[in-house]
Amino acid sequence: MNSETTEKLLQKLREFLGDDLVRLYYDYKYPVITLKRDRLTETCRFMKDELHFIYLNDVFGTDRFTSEDRFEVFYHLISLRDHQRFFLKVLVDENNPVLPSVCDLWKSANWNEREVYDMYGIHFEGHPDLRRIFLPEDFKYYPLRKEFPLLGVPGSLELPNTTPDHD
Amino acid sequence: MSFDRVMGEGFFTTTVDALTKWGRSNAVWPMPMGLACCAIEMMAFAGPKYDAARFGSEVLRFSPRQSDVMIVAGWCTYKMSHAIRRIWDQMPDPKWCIAMGACASTGGMHRCYGVVQGVDNFLPVDVYISGCPPRPESLLNALMRIQDKIKEEQTIKLDS
Repeated sequence: MNSETTEKLLQKLREFLGDDLVRLYYDYKYPVITLKRDRLTETCRFMKDELHFIYLNDVFGTDRFTSEDRFEVFYHLISLRDHQRFFLKVLVDENNPVLPSVCDLWKSANWNEREVYDMYGIHFEGHPDLRRIFLPEDFKYYPLRKEFPLLGVPGSLELPNTTPDHD
Repeated sequence: MSFDRVMGEGFFTTTVDALTKWGRSNAVWPMPMGLACCAIEMMAFAGPKYDAARFGSEVLRFSPRQSDVMIVAGWCTYKMSHAIRRIWDQMPDPKWCIAMGACASTGGMHRCYGVVQGVDNFLPVDVYISGCPPRPESLLNALMRIQDKIKEEQTIKLDS
């Protein structure tokens, strides 16, 4: 990994974001860029069109269980041309867990955003098909939220009948 | 080798019950329900080294209609439990069930909302095997326990 290229790309990103870049730190050797929520879509477009991050590796969330800005959503971006790996991070509040979808930029965001929705209940506006991806449609809880009990809510997931059904 | 030549002019007497039990216990065909890493040990159990053929169980039947004992090998999610129960219901009586390994028996290390904490929540398990994963010998031992159980059952009464 070439740190000169990293710096060059980061400089471009800094110029683009200005004051909306909240925080920058390195996790292992990869830059993690915290930015303001309302700049997310245009930053993603900038990353893809100008900086050539054409590969969205992953979208994932975390629950910090704080009273403000409770959730974090990460966008794990890879530039195949420059061999760079960047993380974009946005904070989402519990009372209004809504983010713009990036499905129109990267097709791979579709299922990843569905997973974040399934596990944390964060809605993605503009997502073409925002349904639960792992858990049943009628499941009422978001299992990766901290208040969700480890062993689940008894009876919330159905077990099969122990007498044979004759259908 | 015909039956006549072995017996010659002689004969022997037995009960239908004993004969049925003898036949059943030496042809326990497993239904492999391999869900995770335990399934690898189950393959070793069926292979030449551990040789389940000694007990008449070498034919892992992938059709529930032809099998007698279901070996649940691995951790079972709530989503999978419905499929397992369905296959169990498709197996003809008499049938037995082995819960292989810690996960199938108790949920094991998967103490979380998505994994059924023991397949005995929806299946009548006859033999539990400890271990993570258990060695093939343990599975052979479980099979022998099933055979013992079959020999103690009363087949005629069971059918009535």
